[in-house]
Amino acid sequence: MADSGVSGGADKKDNIEREKIEGKELTKEEKQRLRKEKKQQKKGKEKKDASLPQVSVAETAAPASQLKAERRARQEAERTSKQSKKGDTGQPATTSKPKIPPNELQPVVKRLPEHIQVDDPDVLKKLAKKLERQQIPRRLDYGYKVSLFSHLLQYSRKAPLTQQLSIPSAVIHPAIVRLGLQYSQGIVAGSNARSIALLHAFKQVISDYTTPSNEELSRDLVNKLKPYISFLNQCRPLSASMGNAIKYIKKEISNIPSQFKEDDAKKKLLNCIECFIEEKIVLAAKAIAKSSIEKINDGDVILVYGCSSLVNHILCEAFEKGRKFRVIVVDSRPRLEGREALRRLVQKGISCTYVLISAVSYILPEVSKVFLGAHALLANGYVMSRVGTSQIALVAKAFNVPVLVCCETYKFCERVQTDSFVSNELDDPDDLIVTRKGETQLKDWQQVPRLGLLNLVYDVTPPDFVDLVITDLGMIPCTSVPVVLRVKNVDLL
Amino acid sequence: MPGPYRETDLTEKVEAFLSDLKRGGSGTGPLRGSAETARETTALLRRITAQVRWSSAGDLMEVIRKEGRRMSAAQPSETTVGNMIRRVLKIIREEYARSRGSSEEADQQESLHKLLTSGGLSEENFRQYFTALKANVIEAINELLTELEGTTDNIAMQALEHIHSNEVIMTIGRSRTVEAFLKDAARKRKFHVIVAECAPFCQGHEMATSLSKDGIETTVITDAAIFAVMSRVNKVIIGTQTVLANGGLRAVNGTHTLALAAKHHSTPLIVCAPMFKLSPQFPNEEDTFHKFVSPHEVLPFTEGEILSKVNVHCPVFDYVPPELITLFISNIGGHAPSYIYRLMSELYHPEDHEL
Repeated sequence: MADSGVSGGADKKDNIEREKIEGKELTKEEKQRLRKEKKQQKKGKEKKDASLPQVSVAETAAPASQLKAERRARQEAERTSKQSKKGDTGQPATTSKPKIPPNELQPVVKRLPEHIQVDDPDVLKKLAKKLERQQIPRRLDYGYKVSLFSHLLQYSRKAPLTQQLSIPSAVIHPAIVRLGLQYSQGIVAGSNARSIALLHAFKQVISDYTTPSNEELSRDLVNKLKPYISFLNQCRPLSASMGNAIKYIKKEISNIPSQFKEDDAKKKLLNCIECFIEEKIVLAAKAIAKSSIEKINDGDVILVYGCSSLVNHILCEAFEKGRKFRVIVVDSRPRLEGREALRRLVQKGISCTYVLISAVSYILPEVSKVFLGAHALLANGYVMSRVGTSQIALVAKAFNVPVLVCCETYKFCERVQTDSFVSNELDDPDDLIVTRKGETQLKDWQQVPRLGLLNLVYDVTPPDFVDLVITDLGMIPCTSVPVVLRVKNVDLL
Repeated sequence: MPGPYRETDLTEKVEAFLSDLKRGGSGTGPLRGSAETARETTALLRRITAQVRWSSAGDLMEVIRKEGRRMSAAQPSETTVGNMIRRVLKIIREEYARSRGSSEEADQQESLHKLLTSGGLSEENFRQYFTALKANVIEAINELLTELEGTTDNIAMQALEHIHSNEVIMTIGRSRTVEAFLKDAARKRKFHVIVAECAPFCQGHEMATSLSKDGIETTVITDAAIFAVMSRVNKVIIGTQTVLANGGLRAVNGTHTLALAAKHHSTPLIVCAPMFKLSPQFPNEEDTFHKFVSPHEVLPFTEGEILSKVNVHCPVFDYVPPELITLFISNIGGHAPSYIYRLMSELYHPEDHEL
């Protein structure tokens, strides 16, 4: 495995641990980079406590060391609490490093993504350096951010990242540029759609790829993909499903044996991606539809929220199989995705009703079941989905209406989260502005000093609001998600 | 002749008021606030008392009832009209009782004891004529008008007892009472307000601009984010259209969700409602409780192809049960929802509950 002698700062450690967990080898370049960063950090911290790994909590007021110390203390606490119960996220690295003294960092927390640490100037500086090295422009924040969310990014749709790129871009494959633009403008939206678009773009990249003369495909291709992923991340933060897809691809690439010829290797990779899409998305949808149809009875009134491709698929299948039901589509501003779902269902011939989310308590006494889609299922049983989902589940619970969540297993994610603040996405705040009767109240909101607009994208639903989760592995309660994750991890390893 | 001239003038005024009510309730939010409606109704009733020919209290009450029925029918969802009429009827009863010399408590409430012991004494027909009755009634109505004018200020004065520094307060839509309440507290305390915009009318936007111009840190959120944000909220302060007899509310749509979210997080829900919004109705009349407006607000005509195949609902009000409410703040102080029935019995006479 990797060299356990590296004892650098927090970020690098987590980087290494992450790679170890992903089961890859550190490449030459990465080792070089590690050494460079270690040197830089050592230089910066010479005034302070010299021995980096032994930074104690009661240190000087320098922000860098304090941050590291805090993180270390937090990771210590998490490590002890995790060791007291069975670790279900399967951290092999914890057990394989007996040499490291106990107050060393343990990789319980994966490296925090940068897009939720925007209020930390150090993280921003590191990100800027990384982007510069990869020659990707950085997207700037827009507008006044509500103080509770100052740790998140807030972009404007009117300033896409591609404006700062030269065309044709030398660094980024054009398929990826197009994809990034589609993400940032909201043309491709929805967790499945984004993942499938990403995989198709990667297929294009792989087929256009040629290995340089003194490099191996398995290592070089992964390095080629890194700047693309940073670019896409800048356009719009990656979703959990996209993250899992990328992990899968990287693993497949690095598992290519070195004696494969380039054409064979590429063919194999393309095949793998096809398989992934086929198994995890298309077939999973079929399996979920088959299970869900048992839950739909004649005469049901089903409530759906927003536009979930999976839920729409289920309803269309059930209608084709001859079940008699009607659907109530609940929608919310500013995205108004429910209208798309409404169109698809009406085209099939299903009788539908349409309301806004504020009318949910009016319409709920008529409803017999609620079907919700999910963006990701977290390891503590919380359901991360479009903002408003938790509200619908809450009101449904108050009226004793069963809530069923449909989610493919590739969206299961090892993160845990208890509220909608820490890790979320802020959409363009200008979307909230509306013109009614010729008057736009919030037109000049930027000029008013104390006014903020908040356009959240996701929220988390607690597991006690959800009665059943329908996945391609069967129908499970919300709390069984970590079991599925463990089974999946064992399979992959 | 002064008589008929004044009467036609009066009928004109009444007709103008009725058509105003019908138009004003077109569902895009009240063009006039409830306070204005209450004031106008009371002023109109005072004019009726002054100008219509009546000889005894019973006649006056008949006239007022008749006009009152017409006014309530013009806009059934505007309950302040009915409330004011019932208040005036109660005033007339009281003044009559005072002129007759009998103590007020005798006619107060029907109790089982009274029914058995008093026998036929509840047969009041208000037929006696008193000269000073007209002047007394008009004076009492004037007092009522003064009370109405001061309601918002009375409620706003209580703000500092309920809001402390560095709080996060959530509200929904636009209520003039809540706006005055928050602005009064902002003079002395610093806090943060989150306004849910309340689609499709989006009155929350107006509220947010008005509050932020007064120096209050405001954030506008969509209705879908109410539960997501609720965990950081310390108090929920809302206004309402009507307070029902059981202590529940008829408030703008989205309020029930807000109340459920507040209950889930154990956040106190405070309702700022002046006394004239208290109505003796109960929420069980399904067909008269809800009011709907044009579904064009929800699904505009630009979605032409699917419009004909889809049912669209756009309700204006929500019912909030009294279990979800922590406190009512009115111009006479703060009360728990379980006390509302008692207040109601003091304001209205049981026989006037049905106009």
